[in-house]
Amino acid sequence: MPDPDAIPLLEVSNLSIDFVSEERIVHAVDGVSFSMQAGSTLAVVGESGSGKSVTALSLARLLPSPPAQIRSGKVFFEGTDLLTLPERALRHYRGGKIAYVFQEPSTSLNPVFSVGFQLSEAMALHRPDLQDRRAAGIAALTEVGIRDPERCWKSYPHELSGGMQQRVMIAMALVCRPRLLVADEPTTALDVTIQAQILQLLREIRSRFGMSILLITHNFGLVKGFADHVLVMFRGKIVEQGPTDAVLASPRHPYTQALIACVPRLGESKKRLTTIDYARLDALLSQS
Amino acid sequence: MKAIPAKRSGVWHQVVSRPRGALALAILGFLYFCALFAPFLAPYGPGDQDLRRTYHPPTSLTWTRRGLAVRLYENADPSQALYRPIPGRTAVIRWLPIGHPYRLFGLFPCRRHLFGVEPPQKVYLLGSDSIGRDVFSRLLYGAQVSLSIGLIGISISLGVGLVAGGLAGYFGGWFDSVVMRTTELLMAIPGLYLLLALRGAFASQFGSGEVYLLIVIILSFLGWSGAARVVRGLALSLRAQTFVDAAIVTGLSPWRILWRHLLPNLASYLLIAAALSIPGYILGEAALSFLGIGIQEPSASWGLMLAQAQEMKVFMCNFWWLLTPGAAVFVTVAAFNLLGDTLRDVIDPHFRTGDR
Amino acid sequence: MVLFVLRRLLFLIPLLLGVTLLVFFLMSLTPGNFLTPIKAQRDISPEFLAALEKSFGLDRPWYTRYLLWLRNVLHGDFGYSWTYKVAVVDLLWQRVPATLLLNLTSFAFAWAVAIPLGVLAAVHRNSWWDRLTTLFAYASLSIPEFFLALLAVYFAARTGWFPLGGLMSIEHEFFSPIGKILDIAHHLVLPTLVLGLGGVATLMRILRANFLDVIRAEYVTAARAKGLPEHVVIWRHVFRNAVNPLLSTLGYVVAGLLSGSLLVENVMSYPGLGQLIYSAFIRQDQFVVLASVVLSCILLVLGNLFSDILLAWIDPRVRLPAR
Repeated sequence: MPDPDAIPLLEVSNLSIDFVSEERIVHAVDGVSFSMQAGSTLAVVGESGSGKSVTALSLARLLPSPPAQIRSGKVFFEGTDLLTLPERALRHYRGGKIAYVFQEPSTSLNPVFSVGFQLSEAMALHRPDLQDRRAAGIAALTEVGIRDPERCWKSYPHELSGGMQQRVMIAMALVCRPRLLVADEPTTALDVTIQAQILQLLREIRSRFGMSILLITHNFGLVKGFADHVLVMFRGKIVEQGPTDAVLASPRHPYTQALIACVPRLGESKKRLTTIDYARLDALLSQS
Repeated sequence: MKAIPAKRSGVWHQVVSRPRGALALAILGFLYFCALFAPFLAPYGPGDQDLRRTYHPPTSLTWTRRGLAVRLYENADPSQALYRPIPGRTAVIRWLPIGHPYRLFGLFPCRRHLFGVEPPQKVYLLGSDSIGRDVFSRLLYGAQVSLSIGLIGISISLGVGLVAGGLAGYFGGWFDSVVMRTTELLMAIPGLYLLLALRGAFASQFGSGEVYLLIVIILSFLGWSGAARVVRGLALSLRAQTFVDAAIVTGLSPWRILWRHLLPNLASYLLIAAALSIPGYILGEAALSFLGIGIQEPSASWGLMLAQAQEMKVFMCNFWWLLTPGAAVFVTVAAFNLLGDTLRDVIDPHFRTGDR
Repeated sequence: MVLFVLRRLLFLIPLLLGVTLLVFFLMSLTPGNFLTPIKAQRDISPEFLAALEKSFGLDRPWYTRYLLWLRNVLHGDFGYSWTYKVAVVDLLWQRVPATLLLNLTSFAFAWAVAIPLGVLAAVHRNSWWDRLTTLFAYASLSIPEFFLALLAVYFAARTGWFPLGGLMSIEHEFFSPIGKILDIAHHLVLPTLVLGLGGVATLMRILRANFLDVIRAEYVTAARAKGLPEHVVIWRHVFRNAVNPLLSTLGYVVAGLLSGSLLVENVMSYPGLGQLIYSAFIRQDQFVVLASVVLSCILLVLGNLFSDILLAWIDPRVRLPAR
């Protein structure tokens, strides 16, 4: 049980983000509050467009502005409000304390630089004391399960497979020993077998380095057995949150129920996969 | 590539509603008006000489009791083309006087001009050139060349590009590779060199109208490759779409398929391409005439007029008005560029950032 | 790599044959020849003229003359200029360095100015700076090169700050070595500006568009997420990717410069290849034209080759096809 008096690792309160264009304003994130303890794993679940990725990116102020605009809210990381921090100080947190892994590994590595260069770049910023960046980088590549780290270090992103690229991204996050790893749909673009490997890798990392993980996903199937807490977002708002087992066992919100019902289970022979009936959902929501 | 529905009325409305588009259309409308009514608007013919008034500066306008008038000048030093206004002496501008005969739109015989002064005197709104011809009148006549050559040239080259590119994309095979290699060759050779060679080859004594046609044909010969490549790409992607298969199954001939299905999908592209490539033709004609191998004297063309401005005397004595054709080319080309960019913004917003 | 270069150079052979054949054919269509002005002089006997025509092979059909020319070229003899009364090779040898120098400086000028302007315009999109550079690009793309050249000469004549033309001053030989370099540079300033300006606008627009494409890429967000300072993100991660497509257009830029230098050199009386080709065309000085065309083609292919090699060297995804 974590100490209830300790400062939470991450505390987001009343965060609202708008996307402003000439034609209209979209409330992408609307009054979101949640917190995370050090060493815990939180899963944010929701469909695309629900505001989960926007929330994740806004933690380190990575949203392009314009069009994104933070309307209100605070993001405390170990007690510091990241949203009001000057750019210079914020850079210390980016990558150093909060590291990101993105959905599309093939586009999140810069195609014109070698893996080694991109790894050293991160190390040069956050671990200036390191004597041998190459050794540290190769160690990190080994840690994420790359078989030939020496060759990988020298190769360019397009020479690697999707799973390998994602491992490199995770290694890049790891080398700086961050406190929080934000994984934004880290397995969506990968094959099913690779997905399982990457999830397993994230699990190992968490236990080995005591890192907290914020997992963004649309798939409730990944949440079980991975996250301690779960948070369901729908149309920019949090509709349900709580311990994973409790939410999975008895979802209260109709949207959560619908999302859980969408996960296909092995051994269950259904003619059709369940989809969300939005008309019914809207009717239910308007009643409550 | 996604087929863009061409809603002509919608495009027109959107272009006009944008400030840049409205500006471009206004400028072009004005220029085309000037070109169409050039003989009427111009007080003199393009070849009317006056050897006593060479390099005459622009006559300044004043307001007198008898109405708008121009100052009269005396030649202070005949060897130097130095003119001084005579104090107090003016010539009243007459509206719609009878002047030299011409045919309006090449059809209706007419003698009226918009304005003029009593014959022994002359009005030079933009000065005169080395043999005393009115720069303002020649500018108007030159507009006829520059403004029409782009339209005719683009029609020919888009037509050729459409047929060559469409067939290459539709049929593929050896025809495709021949067309593509040819376009690559044409794009690799510096355009002006080819222009020179072609023009040199057909240099025999041509009349003014024939030279004009020749220039258009040479420019179109150089210009079709870009259009052909794009049309081929579109045809290839359209070829893969089901509705073309459906057309083949129903037994339509290739020509009809190209005509009925390809053309509507290409309409928006053609519109943009036309607006953006017209400047090339205007600049090409101006360059050729400037080098002395385009439109020949005594016809007027902006490039030809600029060729005259190359003399050292012009630079030394500050005959700035002889450079006005350059400004005219600049304004015309800029207006077409502006129109093309606006059209592109309107028709396909995805192109907005891409200038390729 | 070596194979690739060899293949490209082999491709030069059919290209040169095709182009020279075309030029030869077109010039043979042209009425009259370089002897026409001589014929007009009354004091030259018809016998002498006939002898001249025979010695130059003018009495034979054009394709025979082409083969004759080809044979001579293969022996390293590019012929003789009838208007300049020197061997063509010597003539080109005088002119090429000037054109090469002018094109290189214009090229360097275009890149040096376009890169910062384009990047700034993209980074501060929709700012007044962006609008100003867009306006500038419009203006310089709409102005005819020869008119700009005229304006430059006009400017030089009115202010006297720059020479009116030429490659060097008359008293060039009497200057010190540094003075000589400065003298040539002084004569280069205006032609470089005029020839380079169009390139600046084109490059700037392409660079800005590429930049705006790349800046939205996920790896740019990833680079920021690493904690890299913004200037490193822009100049290292975005710039390297945005500039690569520009390199592949290098070949066409070379072609454009060659065309442009023809006009600019003529207006600004800069003694380069463009001026030579033009006057040779007008005077039907056939061997000079042919040799200049051959040289231009070689320059073009070399320019394309250079851009391909550069691209393969800079962008790890591009491989030179070995076949």
